Amino acid sequence: MKSIPNKLASLLCHAGVWAGAWVATAAQAVNDLPGGPAVNQLNLPEPATKIAAEQNSLHWMMLILCTVIFVAVFSVMFYSIWKHRKSVGHKPANFHESVTVEIVWTIVPFIIVILMALPATKLLVAQKDTTNADLTVKATGYQWKWGYDYIKGEGEGIGFISTLDSGQRAMSDAGKPQGDNYLFKVDNPLVVPVGKKIRVITTANDVIHAFAVPQFGIKQDAIPGFVRDTWFRAEKVGFFYGQCQELCGKEHAYMPIHVKVVSAEDYTKWVDGEKKKLAAKADDPSKVWTQTDLIARGEKVYAANCAACHQANGKGAGPILPLDGSAKVLDADKLVQVQVLLNGQNNGAMPAWKQLSDTEIAAVITFTKNSWSNKTGQIVQPAEVKTARK
Amino acid sequence: MQTNFQLMRKLLMVSLGMFAFGYMLVPMYEAFCLWTGSNVLSLSERESKNSMNGRASMPLNTQVDTSRTISVEFDTNVRGPWHFSPMTRSLNVHPGELVTVMFEFENIQNRTMSAQAIPSYAPQQAAAHFNKIECFCFNQYTLAPGEKKLWPVTFYINPKMSKDVKTITLSYTFFEVGASV
Amino acid sequence: MSAVLDTHGHGDHAHDDHGHAPSGWKRWVYATNHKDIGTLYLLFSFTMLMIGGVLALLIRAELFQPGLQLVNPELFNQFTTMHGLIMVFGAIMPAFVGFANWMIPLQIGASDMAFARMNNFSFWLMIPAGLMLAGSFFMPGGAPAAGWTLYAPLTLQMGPSMDAGIFAMHILGASSIMGSINIIVTILNMRAPGMTLMKMPMFAWTWRITAYLLIAVMPVLAGAITMTLTDRHFGTSFFNPAGGGDPVMYQHIFWFFGHPEVYIMILPAFGIVSQIIPAFARKKLFGYSSMVYATASIAILSFIVWAHHMYTTGMPVTGQLFFMYATMLISVPTGVKVFNWVATMWRGSMTFETPMLFAVGFIFVFTMGGFTGLILSMAPIDLQLQDGYYVVAHFHYVLVAGSLFAMFAGAYYWMPKWTGVMYKESRGKLHFWWTLIAFNVTFFPMHFLGLAGMPRRYADYPMQFADFNAIASVGAFFFGFAQVYFFFFIVLPCMLGKGEKAAQQPWEGAEGLEWEVPSPAPHHTYETPPKLNADANKVIG
Repeated sequence: MKSIPNKLASLLCHAGVWAGAWVATAAQAVNDLPGGPAVNQLNLPEPATKIAAEQNSLHWMMLILCTVIFVAVFSVMFYSIWKHRKSVGHKPANFHESVTVEIVWTIVPFIIVILMALPATKLLVAQKDTTNADLTVKATGYQWKWGYDYIKGEGEGIGFISTLDSGQRAMSDAGKPQGDNYLFKVDNPLVVPVGKKIRVITTANDVIHAFAVPQFGIKQDAIPGFVRDTWFRAEKVGFFYGQCQELCGKEHAYMPIHVKVVSAEDYTKWVDGEKKKLAAKADDPSKVWTQTDLIARGEKVYAANCAACHQANGKGAGPILPLDGSAKVLDADKLVQVQVLLNGQNNGAMPAWKQLSDTEIAAVITFTKNSWSNKTGQIVQPAEVKTARK
Repeated sequence: MQTNFQLMRKLLMVSLGMFAFGYMLVPMYEAFCLWTGSNVLSLSERESKNSMNGRASMPLNTQVDTSRTISVEFDTNVRGPWHFSPMTRSLNVHPGELVTVMFEFENIQNRTMSAQAIPSYAPQQAAAHFNKIECFCFNQYTLAPGEKKLWPVTFYINPKMSKDVKTITLSYTFFEVGASV
Repeated sequence: MSAVLDTHGHGDHAHDDHGHAPSGWKRWVYATNHKDIGTLYLLFSFTMLMIGGVLALLIRAELFQPGLQLVNPELFNQFTTMHGLIMVFGAIMPAFVGFANWMIPLQIGASDMAFARMNNFSFWLMIPAGLMLAGSFFMPGGAPAAGWTLYAPLTLQMGPSMDAGIFAMHILGASSIMGSINIIVTILNMRAPGMTLMKMPMFAWTWRITAYLLIAVMPVLAGAITMTLTDRHFGTSFFNPAGGGDPVMYQHIFWFFGHPEVYIMILPAFGIVSQIIPAFARKKLFGYSSMVYATASIAILSFIVWAHHMYTTGMPVTGQLFFMYATMLISVPTGVKVFNWVATMWRGSMTFETPMLFAVGFIFVFTMGGFTGLILSMAPIDLQLQDGYYVVAHFHYVLVAGSLFAMFAGAYYWMPKWTGVMYKESRGKLHFWWTLIAFNVTFFPMHFLGLAGMPRRYADYPMQFADFNAIASVGAFFFGFAQVYFFFFIVLPCMLGKGEKAAQQPWEGAEGLEWEVPSPAPHHTYETPPKLNADANKVIG
């Protein structure tokens, strides 16, 4: 029996050394992310809105109050533990009830709680007041990315999808993360002007997600079939980051929110640029594409939608089938792959992608049929996809 | 033995009673929601006099309250491959004023589909006094391939709407009928 | 026949009514004895604690460093979901039922529970349910991965293990309801003459109130998961907006169950601590009636606070305010309880054997969890912290440092009565300090992570969160080893009869009818109702 504790102790020592070594080698240099978390941050983030600043104050108030009460109560308890021990000879007293004392220590906490609730009420009412917004944007949660639409105000009509950078997603799979903005970088951030009241309407396309930006002090669930709203007024320009805050499936950790707050002039310039891009992007499904253009377009579609599961190298992983060398991709009958994309496969394990446009589906199929080791030379035109949608 | 039979009879009656209670819950819930107003989406519609089929009817003697302006935004969400958008993004209306807005819907697929729109309001409590006289969300629609439709929503905002509501977003999500989640 | 596995010391029964008592496997499968069933529950829940613990260690191993090293995100979500379900429904709740079965009849002077055969059924139902839960990992698609809260509509996307999980939870719910009925009837009908309700031990009081809560809310959970089931397979649209349903309604129904559920998991702990502190302070519990009323207030208030789990779903501000006020109010009776415990210690004559260490540790660490709960109840602050690691820290403080510590306290306190053997005090103290320190190393950094914005149920995280995650992971492994130590070096020796023989009342200041029977407690106790003294805590004549 004596050797077991010894064995255990040595096992623990070994585990400790191993863990220590692992921690030492794992420690990678990373800096604070402005507008995002700081390294080993201890408290709420640096506020970028008045509401967030008030939340911070409220939290400090609560933290201090609770700590004071905690220290007071436990000083009494620890004093008692020290002085009222049998081993120092203390004899037990006889009392075991007192109505007065019970009333006092019910009423006093009750009053303290009411006092705590007053500033909280004021702040809560302010947080819910979404009236008189300068700009309204809609954030739609998808599995697993955000869609932003500018509903009202300067920039009305602009809409785009914001996805996590596929390079960072690949880093995650590889277990080799790096970068101060790791898991925060997106292709298209939400751009808003500084100093204006922005109303954010949230909804979702599939399951519940949640839109949150800690520096702004906002968080709102995005519920499918319903709209909810919240608001913020950013007090300074810069990049601000948040992450999806409601479990929404396997890529829940990979749909960040990146808000780019710019000056009013920069915002106007951005709006103009976007409107021009929108006009150019209007996809005519009867347009006939060249293979090169289609593949180039398809590569973008692939990176934004497929690479998360099928990997940038087309090799898939685990249950996710590879596209590189896949029979369905190499099939002479182009409709085979078209059907997989329109209707999904394996009971939704490969989801349906019929919400992509004909052009996007045609482009990504053409891309997969002509990339990596696949060299079919085939080309799928948007019109063929349109026909296939029966 | 006698008491066993009596007990069994009592237990049987209780079981039947609970089963009947389960059935009665349907009308009971409807009555309860009506009474408490929990069923906000159609609250004011039922409140209106001369309501037909639970829809609000033309307002009688509703004064237009020109002292208040409420901004109503129209938002659409598409849950499938079709086009759906409002013809107007937003309007300023006075409570009591009758307004009609058109929505465009296009089935861009090569097959017939049926769909139903579900409305949602932000802020939620705006729903109680937002009276829709006519809305495409009342019915299901079937569209042929490539068919394009223009549908109206006719509404008025009851002047009873709380004074601190200044913006209402009316959002529709179109779901395909018979599709899986 | 006591809980000691080594059964050749059973010659000292006063009388053996059934010389044909079953032995071997039949004793356990056909058990109707509250002590045997209590033992079964305790061993079952410890097994589930280990399984849930392994899942936790898998989670912490993955989260040790940023980046995915060990598992893919789907499997990770399965781990977090099943860790929660197994710990809540497989470890904490059955453990308290085990304590109730062992101690309530002894403490009220009853010979057994009111419905001995239903008691057996309640226990054995847990086995197939537990197997289904643990086995769901091996079903196509893996275990459910929607979080232990199983929010719709994400649950509508899960594979067949979701249905198995729903079935398992229905069974567990039925088991709990039957157990609660048993406890209430036993307490109301089978107390020894002279033991009025207000003379009953606190553990019996807290369990009585917990049992009412269970009966009230387990059916609500059953409703929520049944609606999920019909939405998944039978074409209903309770939570599917396409059919006119509302995903938020699931949350309302779930949390109407869920909030009382967390009080169900803590009230018996309060009862255990309320018995241990007076025993080791050698002083009566301060404010007994106040403690009873406080417990009842907490239970009643627990019904009207559920939406504090839903502050970010978009409810109108009046709703948020109401739930905020009601939740903050619960801190008042809880504070009263803490003050009463401290007042019990005050000017007592304390010794610090392991049960007292765990009980005092409980008060200290549970109160920390209570304060973070108060901070979370403030809706404006909750907006920053909802669904983040601050919440994870909070509930682990109250559930682990709360419920689990109280269970350890109770186990050490009553183990001599169950097994007839004293555990080695030095080992108990080692277990206590090891557990306390490892617990805080694991969960204290999570407060910082939550304040900094790290969301929960994340398989991978931004690198700024790396150091605190690493610390938490190391702490978690130490914590896990501590419990393995507990089993092999405390529980097992006691069960095998290896240790100093325990006195009938090993704790000088302990009071209660359980100390009026020998250690180990004979298989049948209080076959005839005892005659009690005025305080109903000693047998006379």
